[in-house]
Amino acid sequence: MISVPMEHGLILAGVLFAMGLVGVLVRRNILFTLLSIEIMLNGAGVAFVVASAHWHKADGQVVFLFILAIAAAEVSVGLALLLALYHRFKTLDVDAVSRMRG
Amino acid sequence: MHALLYLIVSLLAVAVDFFLLGAPFVAALEVIIYAGAIMVLFVFVIMTLNVGAPGTEPAGRRSAGRAWIGPVVLASVLLAEVVYVLVVSAGGVSGGSSISPEEVGRTLYGPYRIGVELASLLLLAGLVGAYHLGRRRSSEEREGER
Amino acid sequence: MLQLLGLIIAFPLAGFLVLAIGGRVLGKKAAAVIGVGSVGVSAVLATLVAWAWQGQAYTQEAWRWMHAGSLDVQVALRLDELSLVFVLVVAWVGFLIHLYSARFMAEDEGVSRFFAWMNLFVASMLILVLADDLVVLYLGWEGVGLSSYLLIGFWYKDRANGRAAMKAFIVTRVGDAALAVGLFLISTTLGTLQIQEIGTRALQQWPVGSGVAVAAALLLLAGAVGKSAQLPLQTWLPDAMAGPTPVSALIHAATMVTAGVYLIARMHVVFSLAPGVMTLVAILGAATMLLAGCSALTQRDIKRVLAYSTMSQIGYMFLALGVGAYSAAVFHFVTHAFFKSLLFLAAGVVILGLGGEHDMFQMGGLRRKLPKTFWVFLIGALALSAAPPTAGFASKDLILLEAWGSESGGAWLLAAGLAGALLTSMYTFRMVFLTFFGPAKTEPGEPVNDAGVVMGIPLAVLALGCVFAGLLNFPAALGGSPMLVDFLKGTLGTAPGAHAAPHVEMALTAVSVFISLLGIVIAWALYVVRPELVRGLVRTSVGSVVRGLWFDGWGFDRLYDVCVVRPFTWAARVNRRDVVDYLYRGIAWVGVMFHVALSRTETGEVRWYVAGVAFGAVILVAILVWL
Repeated sequence: MISVPMEHGLILAGVLFAMGLVGVLVRRNILFTLLSIEIMLNGAGVAFVVASAHWHKADGQVVFLFILAIAAAEVSVGLALLLALYHRFKTLDVDAVSRMRG
Repeated sequence: MHALLYLIVSLLAVAVDFFLLGAPFVAALEVIIYAGAIMVLFVFVIMTLNVGAPGTEPAGRRSAGRAWIGPVVLASVLLAEVVYVLVVSAGGVSGGSSISPEEVGRTLYGPYRIGVELASLLLLAGLVGAYHLGRRRSSEEREGER
Repeated sequence: MLQLLGLIIAFPLAGFLVLAIGGRVLGKKAAAVIGVGSVGVSAVLATLVAWAWQGQAYTQEAWRWMHAGSLDVQVALRLDELSLVFVLVVAWVGFLIHLYSARFMAEDEGVSRFFAWMNLFVASMLILVLADDLVVLYLGWEGVGLSSYLLIGFWYKDRANGRAAMKAFIVTRVGDAALAVGLFLISTTLGTLQIQEIGTRALQQWPVGSGVAVAAALLLLAGAVGKSAQLPLQTWLPDAMAGPTPVSALIHAATMVTAGVYLIARMHVVFSLAPGVMTLVAILGAATMLLAGCSALTQRDIKRVLAYSTMSQIGYMFLALGVGAYSAAVFHFVTHAFFKSLLFLAAGVVILGLGGEHDMFQMGGLRRKLPKTFWVFLIGALALSAAPPTAGFASKDLILLEAWGSESGGAWLLAAGLAGALLTSMYTFRMVFLTFFGPAKTEPGEPVNDAGVVMGIPLAVLALGCVFAGLLNFPAALGGSPMLVDFLKGTLGTAPGAHAAPHVEMALTAVSVFISLLGIVIAWALYVVRPELVRGLVRTSVGSVVRGLWFDGWGFDRLYDVCVVRPFTWAARVNRRDVVDYLYRGIAWVGVMFHVALSRTETGEVRWYVAGVAFGAVILVAILVWL
């Protein structure tokens, strides 16, 4: 158990989040969008755990557990949606499902 | 497919990070649930879709180059803001001591009991939703036309 | 008995309301009875009030109109010498003309409309002359303007009449606006609009010749000039002859056009504080008198001759006012009301008898065909030309005497007055000779051969007035006494030139008589004996130019067209899309632009929406961190 300056950990979290964000914005394949969301969630989790380690309390880890639960639920529903979308539109291009435009 | 594998590697790395910070419980959890369950789900979906080896990236004409600029700028601005805040504020250290699973458990079922209940509700909702969305019957076409 | 003062106005006003609302139901006969009757009652009441009047100024307060700051306006009627004279003239001449028009307009289907508006006119004019407060006077002022517009355009089916009505209204509007500004000025500087109060306060607060006094007097003068058709707002009066002849008689000869004279006489205190403006009044009067006289000499339409004649005679009244002889002006107003309305009504008989013919050169020899009309017309013409011993002679003589005796421009004004007198008798008798003498060109038709009883009575009464009204103020040199002037002294003071020596007066009278008769003789020579002379004169190059100029009223219409009407219509054309409107359309346009811009953000693409969220997050963090 080494001690690390908190900034480093939080910057790691920030970088992960930013990369996930870029992925969501750029990728046209829904699958990759979902993956990028996972990365963002992971980044948030890192931030919480780093904070918990700073304060030497377990609360951050508990929150990370919740984040995990959220991610799990979201992934299952998201993938089900993805499957439904694929059966409907025969493509995984997220721009193809823009029928609710202006 | 390859992207999935790289993501799993990333998750494992993060798990190691957690372990180093003195949070072995969440490290284990990261590996088991995140890398173990969620990513496996992705693998299943890819298998089901049978999307082919290189992925279903259509022609990549817009994804190449131009489409990256905006998002990269946006994300880097956000990152820069966060980094700025972190750098100018007073620092602290994290890590140094380990927090045992027992402690986490006590905290979880202590003050955060209600979160547990809500999380289980959420998982139930996700379950139901995934089941409903994944249903495929011949009458679905008729339902869709209504 | 004096409390009946308010009823004098109430009867014609009630007549107007009844006829306006129920006119069509009542039918022509009832409408005529109501219309004539209301003014008749009013005239009788006016006589009763005059008989009961003791000589003290009597004010009848009705109610408070408005009270704002220091300005307190009461609706009040004031009976003093000046208003009494005007009320009697307006009511009685009005009644006679109403009686005449009962027969004149009998064939017209708009009879109830006609009498409704004539009654409105009489009511407004009475309000004007009885007003104790300038705001009430302005009410009457606007009322007569409105009635004038309505009556000029009475035969609305012909668009030219509507245009003439609009021209009258718009030109007088210029004067009305100036009058309103004058009212504003007086109320802000003196704090009141009650006429007697204005007099006392102005004498206390305004030094003679001060800027305020001059400004106020000029604005009042502008209003008077508009209503009385003097230079430079005189262009509307000849065109106003498009209305029925009784209208021309009542409004544009006897009463409304004299409202300006009344205003100046009423507000003479303010005018006396601005001697420069007084001189201007005299000059405008003299100029109009001469210009109009020249124009009258070339007209073909008999009513237009009379219109220019009215303009010219009011010029005489303004001349008298300008030299401070207010009573003389009022006297001339009285006599003018008689002979001018007589001339108009007689002309109406001629026009009706010839089936609508207005052109004098198409008339002739009517002396034998319309004898009664001829005699009354002759009496009126003699009065207009100031031939002794008619009323016109007495009043014009008085004005000339005053003009000579005044300090400002005595000789010049007298010369102008005499020139005007010459022109007057020339054009008047040109009219007489062309219409009644010479070979007959048209046959009198059946409907009105000569004046019947209903039309004849007013003509007779007015003719009597022309002869005997002069006795009110006959020249002292010929045995008369200045009764009217003495009577009006209470309100109007004495005139500067009134105390001339008897031999001067005799000489002046002789000269003016000579000039009048000279004019008659010249007219006789040119139009009866040798008509070819005039034709030859007109055909020369100089003659035709001069004639054209005079015929057009000295080109004022064209001047105003170029200077005012054309720029205005050009500006209206350029501004057709209304520059001010751009402000409101701009607001709408901004809204639409926002709509267009914002609709473009709804693309339906998920990635776009995520980008939006991320962008918002960036902004939020920035705010939290740096602000």
